[in-house]
Amino acid sequence: MSTQVEKDQVSGRETTGHEWDGIKELNTPLPSWWVYVFWITVIWSVGYWVVYPSWPTANDYLKGTFGTTNRTELHETMANVAAERAPYMERLAALDVSEIANDSELLNFSMAGGKAVFADNCAPCHGTGGSGNPGFPSLQDDAWLWGGTLDAINETLHVGIRWDANEDTRFNDMPAFGRDELLERDQIEDVVEYVLSFTGRETDAAAADRGAVVFEENCASCHGEDAKGIQDLGAPNLTDAIWLYGGSKETLTETVMNSRSGVMPAWGGRLDEETIKMLTVYVHSLGGGQ
Amino acid sequence: MLLKKHHIVEKNVFVLILGIFLTIIIGGIVEIVPLFTMEQTIEKVEGVRPYSPLEQAGRNIYIREGCYNCHSQQIRPFRDEVERYGHYSLAAESMYDHPFQWGSKRTGPDLARVGGKYSNAWHVAHMIDPRAVVPESIMPGYPFLAERKLDFDDARAHLETLKMVGVPYTDEMIEAAKADLYLQASEDAAYDDDFLARYPNAATGDFDGNPAELTEMDALVAYLQVLGRMVDFTTYNPQMNLR
Repeated sequence: MSTQVEKDQVSGRETTGHEWDGIKELNTPLPSWWVYVFWITVIWSVGYWVVYPSWPTANDYLKGTFGTTNRTELHETMANVAAERAPYMERLAALDVSEIANDSELLNFSMAGGKAVFADNCAPCHGTGGSGNPGFPSLQDDAWLWGGTLDAINETLHVGIRWDANEDTRFNDMPAFGRDELLERDQIEDVVEYVLSFTGRETDAAAADRGAVVFEENCASCHGEDAKGIQDLGAPNLTDAIWLYGGSKETLTETVMNSRSGVMPAWGGRLDEETIKMLTVYVHSLGGGQ
Repeated sequence: MLLKKHHIVEKNVFVLILGIFLTIIIGGIVEIVPLFTMEQTIEKVEGVRPYSPLEQAGRNIYIREGCYNCHSQQIRPFRDEVERYGHYSLAAESMYDHPFQWGSKRTGPDLARVGGKYSNAWHVAHMIDPRAVVPESIMPGYPFLAERKLDFDDARAHLETLKMVGVPYTDEMIEAAKADLYLQASEDAAYDDDFLARYPNAATGDFDGNPAELTEMDALVAYLQVLGRMVDFTTYNPQMNLR
């Protein structure tokens, strides 16, 4: 590296002293306009220190004259959002879920809001648009475990299903007839044959007849004498060919053997009352509302 | 003028190293030291506790599997995030995280408040095959977690190590570490007042649908179910913590 400063004869500029095959590199200074802008930004930054949060002090920091913080800005944004929604939210708070449909403007608002909240919170289990997944019921059909009226949906959303943290949660407990040895293996096979017969599938008629007795004694108290289910108990209809876990012989045997106990979180407390009402209206509209 | 003398720094490597060293020291002092002295770095909140041994084991699996590559645990104070995920994350909520799981690069959703949002059965079904429940998901499946028994022998050592870096595990917690790890995944935990006193708000019971075995899936779901549920927001005053 050369320490001797050399001048280029053509331009009169200093060179860096680097040379490749006779080509020398000029040490051209930055354009003066660039340097001025640079110094202006440095001076500008001093203004930033004054108006925005900047330097730390011993156990605090300079807050800046604007008093800007992310959290304050968010609170302001959310207050504006709340103010925009307030006319609707007040009506939602005042009305019963069954009355929302009478107010077409409010119904539109609820459907749009309910759809967004559903996508954020409910769709992972119940599927986009409520189409359901094995173990997570479809909300588009007429089969409701705990009732498909607006009030019933609203209640389920509030308290959840088998959600221990909520004292009022919807709860039932189908016995594990096989695992807990309440029924013999052949009794289970018989009752499954009987259940299969409800939905018109080929069954062993003799086994189904024996199964009818088992059903009467063990299942009818919840699923009903006619096996059409009892919504107050959350016991599903077994005659509608709509199955939460699957209706094959194997799956039904598994269900009777080990029981099923699906869980839905309680949304009361996690979502506010008005949002749950919007969600109720939206879910009710998906196709199965009663 | 001094500005014309920068070639001295540029041409003497030791002067340059000294200059870099001084710059980093000053920057470090200004940026890092105040975090230890400022009283308001971490909000004062009710409810944040160290992770239970089972949750901690789940957290180790979360890190081992690289979940953080796609999922952050930091809800930023912006409208879109708050409306989707809930209250923005507080520094206090990750004060016992070593290392923290903050980030803004998300391929999957933020998980800071996923606790209590879905059922255990959903987490298990989703972990085994994400597309079974969310058809549009691009998350890889982790079916092996349900089959691998949890390695629990080092539960106590994990707690002791975390205590060394400042997580306030008590002697009682460390003593009971291995027992607690088993207990949390059993039905008895919900009735065990000592356990619930040590780890309030812990999700308990069998997590993976297989009560006979304690698997890695149990641990991971136990961890996911506590995320974002510790702070008692009914006693939290946001006006005191504007920054």
